[in-house]
Order: sequence, then C-alpha cells, then structure tokens
Amino acid sequence: MTPFRVSVVAAAAALILLAIILELIRSRRLQERYAILWLVTGSVMFVLAIWRGGLAKIADLAGIAYPPSALFVLVSLFILAVLLHYSTVISGLSDQSKILAQRLALLERELEESSGGERREADP
Amino acid sequence: MAVRRLAIVPAYNEVGSVASVVREIHAVDAEFQIVVVDDGSTDETARLAAEAGARVIRLPFNLGIGGAVQTGYQYALEHGFDLAVQVDGDGQHDPGEIDALLEPILDGSADMAVGSRFIGDRHYRGTLSRRIGIRIFAALVSLIVRQRVTDTTSGFRAVNRLGIRLFAADYPHDYPEVEATVLVFRHRLRMVEVPVRMRERASGSSSITFARSIYYMFKVTLALFMGLFRRYPTPPEEVH
Repeated sequence: MTPFRVSVVAAAAALILLAIILELIRSRRLQERYAILWLVTGSVMFVLAIWRGGLAKIADLAGIAYPPSALFVLVSLFILAVLLHYSTVISGLSDQSKILAQRLALLERELEESSGGERREADP
Repeated sequence: MAVRRLAIVPAYNEVGSVASVVREIHAVDAEFQIVVVDDGSTDETARLAAEAGARVIRLPFNLGIGGAVQTGYQYALEHGFDLAVQVDGDGQHDPGEIDALLEPILDGSADMAVGSRFIGDRHYRGTLSRRIGIRIFAALVSLIVRQRVTDTTSGFRAVNRLGIRLFAADYPHDYPEVEATVLVFRHRLRMVEVPVRMRERASGSSSITFARSIYYMFKVTLALFMGLFRRYPTPPEEVH
C-alpha cells in the first residue's frame, strides 16, 4: 500500500498543478486547446493519489512492487504525451513562420516594385 | 448617411458554394460589400470568390474559423463599416434571411443579431450527437447570459459597430460561436436571436467529426467556465 504521506504529498502537488493551469488559462497566458492535456495529466495524478486502492491494483497489474512507483510511471507517461503533443505543435508553428516569412518577403518585393519607379525598368 | 454594410464570408475549400453565396448576397442587397476570407484553401475558392465579385482576403495558412472570421471583422473596423453580417461560405446560411437579421441592428434594438434554427419553424435535422451538444450548450449559455439562447452554434450573425470593434479585438479560437455569445454578454452588448431557416450544406462536409465533437464539448465547456472568471473591459462608449 502507498504510504499515507506519499498520497498526501502527491495529491497536494496535483492540486497545485491544476490550480496553476487554471490560473494560466484565466489570465489568458495559456490557450484552452493546449491546456486540455495538462488538465488530464493533473486530474489523473490527483485521482491516483487519492484512490489508493486503485493505484495498488494498477501497480499489481504492471508488476510494480511499490505502488508510488506506478504513480511516478503513469505521470511520466502523461508528461511524455504532453511533450509529444508540443513537438507536433512546434512543427506546425515552424511551418507557419516559414510561410509567413516567405509571404512577407514576396510582399515587400512587390511593394518595392510598385513604389520605386526606376526599379521597374529592371523587369522584362 | 447610408449605412455601410459588409458581408463577411469565411470559406475553407468551398469551390462548390462560395461563388453562389457571393452572388446571392449581392442579389439580396446590392449595397453590400462582400469580403471572402479564404482560410488557407488549397482549391480555387479564392479565384471563384473574386470572379463572383467579392473582395478576397487570403490567409497564408489555415487559421480555423475563429481566426478567419476575426480577420473579416478587422477588415470591417479598418474600413469603417457600420454593420457586418457573417455568412458561411458553405451555403448553409440563406442570404435571403439577411434582411431579417439586419432589422434589430438597423433599428438599434440590438448590437448583435444571431440567426437561430430553433425558433419558430423547426426545420433543422442534424446528427443526434450534434443536437444533444447544441441543447446542452444552449442551456448552459442561457444560464450564463441570463437570456434564452436557443442556437449557440449558429455562425449566421449580424453586428453593429460595437460588435465589430469587440470581435476585431477579441474573438475565440477553434469553435468560436458559443464563446462569442458569452463574450458579447460580458461586454454588455445586447444580443437578440432571429428565427431563420438554414439549408443543407451545398457542398463539402461539416468540419465537426465525432472524435472532434468530444474535444469540442470539452474545450468549449472549459472556455465557458474560464470566461466567467475573466474580467472583461467595459465596452467603449458610443452612441447607438
């Protein structure tokens, strides 16, 4: 069985995490779409910290002798999922910033061509 | 002085319908200027819209409906329009209903008018999950805004300058209609629902699949509750 103190500390940590996430959303520093995975992570952590029998069962199923280790492993998996999600988000962002830079450069070029009359002669 | 009217038509890969939407709006009211916001389409949406007589804003990549629509409101603000009406590029909003939508805006009785499928003639049939979602959000939003709202997912809406200014500055992401309704309420703008008939989509398919609807419910609910705890600025003083 999970030592009682471990449960309390883990539950408190989960609650603090959840509170921070919610405050970040409220103050608009975190968009809802990027918060959802974090909220799931915090909630799972909290539930397993409180529900000691459930954690023991999961540990048993996974062949982990010490239940708090199971909590640790599970939370690690969720953090992995968050990181992987972020990698996809970053990939999307870098694509978009490339497109923006290209569009901006083309626009600037167009602007130069239409405003600077003498440069026009260079065109065929 | 004449009221300057803008129709904002968000369109993402709507070759099959965008041109007829533009023509229908012009047929209903020739005074309308129409701006089609092409949300990163990979087809000929932009060209067809321009040929039909609309001004086209091409976003460099897909921003999602919220970002696309907001671009339209920013255009409206920068060009000093008095009134903007949002009409989906997929053809499900009947431009013939625009007049009804404009009435409360033109007579000054509301800042935003939303076309509702559920008042009066009930013609709408959607999938079961869609209808349940709409019901739940309608109840939730009605509770929050202390006013009966029947169709929270309707993107068929008209706003005056206060609404244009608000949406140009602040518009929700992803699935914006539900949150926008609450945003309008929190800024103390007056909203009214107008019964409209909507059509089957002329082409394309709904952007909301089943897996997405789960995310949708979760995300919008979260956003709604978060919205309750945010402090919004009061609307700018302006004579209606």
